[in-house]
Amino acid sequence: MIVQALGVRTVDDLSEFGTDPWWLSLIKAVLIFVFLLLLTLFNIWFERRVVARMQHRAGPNKNGPFGLLQSLADAMKLMLKEDIMVKAADRLLYVLAPVISVIMAFLAFAVIPFGPVVDVPFTDRQTPLQLTDLPVGVLFVIAVASVGIYGIVLGGWASGSTYSLLGGMRSTAQVISYEVAMSLALVAVFLYAGSLSTSEIVNAQQRLWYALILLPSFIIFWVSMVGETNRAPFDMPEAEGELVAGYFTEYSSMKFAMFFLAEYINMVTVSAVATTLFLGGWRAPWPLSLWDGANAGYWPVLWFLAKVMMFMFVFVWLRGTLPRVRYDQFMALGWKVLIPVALLWTVAVATIRAMTLDGGLDRRVLVGGALVAVLLFLLLSIVGERAPKEEPEAEEQPFDPFAGGYPVPPMPGQRLPRPEPAGVVPGGAQPDQEDDTARRSATEEGD
Amino acid sequence: MDLYLPILGLAVLGAGFAVVTIVTSALVGPKRYNRAKLDSYECGIEPTPQPAGGGRFPVKYYITAMMFIVFDIEIVFLFPWAVAFDSMGIFALVEMVLFIATVFLAYAYVWRRGGLEWD
Repeated sequence: MIVQALGVRTVDDLSEFGTDPWWLSLIKAVLIFVFLLLLTLFNIWFERRVVARMQHRAGPNKNGPFGLLQSLADAMKLMLKEDIMVKAADRLLYVLAPVISVIMAFLAFAVIPFGPVVDVPFTDRQTPLQLTDLPVGVLFVIAVASVGIYGIVLGGWASGSTYSLLGGMRSTAQVISYEVAMSLALVAVFLYAGSLSTSEIVNAQQRLWYALILLPSFIIFWVSMVGETNRAPFDMPEAEGELVAGYFTEYSSMKFAMFFLAEYINMVTVSAVATTLFLGGWRAPWPLSLWDGANAGYWPVLWFLAKVMMFMFVFVWLRGTLPRVRYDQFMALGWKVLIPVALLWTVAVATIRAMTLDGGLDRRVLVGGALVAVLLFLLLSIVGERAPKEEPEAEEQPFDPFAGGYPVPPMPGQRLPRPEPAGVVPGGAQPDQEDDTARRSATEEGD
Repeated sequence: MDLYLPILGLAVLGAGFAVVTIVTSALVGPKRYNRAKLDSYECGIEPTPQPAGGGRFPVKYYITAMMFIVFDIEIVFLFPWAVAFDSMGIFALVEMVLFIATVFLAYAYVWRRGGLEWD
C-alpha cells in the first residue's frame, strides 16, 4: 500500500517490503554496507578534527583534502601490521570475537529507513529507501545490539589478560544496565506510534516529533545511548588510565580495526535509531518542511544524514568536554536514576494516553493510577540508601612487599616499611618513628 | 520470510568483509617471533598467572546480570502492551500499573538491601 500525501509516497504498511527482486535487495545491502564503511572513515576523521579544534590543535590535515584520507591511511597501515596472537589466548574465540562485533554492527542498519518510496534509476520500479522492515523492527535493533556485546565479552575473555578481562566484564555490566533504561525509554514511543516497525514510527511523526512530546524519553535514550556505545564520558571499559585499552588490549592489526569499526558503526546506529524514533526519521525539519518537495525523492536522505551527524557531533562534543565518570557513579546513574524515572514516565504517558483515548475519562481509575505513581515515588524516596556500615578498624598486619613473588602495594591496614636511607652511617642520627608526613618534612628540612 | 532474507544478505556481506580483511592482514603482515611479544601485556612485568576458566568475579556482576534479566522480562511484556494499548484502553493501563508496581517492589527491596551499590 502506498499513500499519496502532499506528493510524498510513504510506506503505509509492511506489504511494501519483501517485494523487491533479489538484485534490488542486493544493491541496497551493498549500498548500506559501503555507506557504513565510508561514514566510519569520515567519522573518525570528523572526531579527530573536531576534538582537535576544541583543544586548539589542527588535527589531521595532511593526507588528502582537509586530511580526509587520514583514516583510510590508518586502516591501510593496520592492515600491514603484524597480527599478534597472544600465547594465553583462546585461539578460536580470540579470532571470532571481532568478527561477531562487526557483523552485528552492520546488521542493525537493515531496518533503518533512509527515506520514502523512490523511483529506482534506469527502471520503472519503485522501492522504499530501506533494506527491509519487520513488524518487530526496533526489537530487532535492540536484539542485534545485545548480540554485539558477545564480541566484547568474548574478546576480553579470550585474550587471557587481566586488563582485557576487566574491560570485558565492565563493558557487559555497563551495556546490559543501560540497555534496560534504553528499552524502557522506548516504550512511550511505541505507545504513541502503536507499532514497533521503524517505517511506521516515522510515519506516525508526520505532525510532531516524539522528541518534543516525549522529551523525558528522549533524554533518557540519549544518555543511555552514550553508555551503550562505551563512549566518553562513559568509556570505562577502555579507560586507558586504568585498563590500558580494556577489552582490546591484546588485539592488533585488522582484528583491532574490526573492534574500532564496530564501535564507530554502533555510534552511527544508535544515532540513526534516535533520529528515527524521536526526530522524525528522514522527514525534513521545520523550516525546510514548508517546501513541498522536501520530503520527496532522494532529498530525505540528506535530512536523515544531517540529523545523524548532529548526534555524532554531540558524541564528539561530550568526549571533548567531560572527564570520565567513576564506575560506581555510572552504575548508580543507570540503576537509581534512569530506570525508575523511565518506569514512572512510562506509567504517566500511558495514563495520559488512556485519558485522551477515553475522552470522558474514568476519574476513579485516573486517581487510582496517580495514587499508585505517587506511592511508588514516595517508596523510592523513603527507601533511599542505607548508610554504609563503619568498617572495623583493621589491625595492623605485617606487610610483605613481595607477596606471591611480585612487588605489591600495601593493603588497607598495612604500612609501607620505611625504606633504608642510602648512605646513612649505622648508629648515626635516626629520624623519629612518626607518621610519614612528619618524617618526610623533616627530611626535606634536613636537605 | 521475505522480510528477513535481506538481513541475511547484509550479514553475509559483513561476515565476508571481516573474514577477508582479517585473513588478508594475516597474510600480508610481517611475522617476527619474539617471546616477550606473545605474552599478555602487563606494563612490562611478567604477566600475572590467570586462573583456569576465568577464576572468580566480584558478585556485583552476577547481581547486575540477574537484575537485568528481571527488567528485561518486564520490557518483553511492556513492548507488546504498548503496541496494543490503544485497543485495550483502561483495562491495559490498570493491569500494567499493577505489574510495574509488583516489579518495583522487588526493585525497592534490592535497592534497600544494597544490591545496587557498587564499591
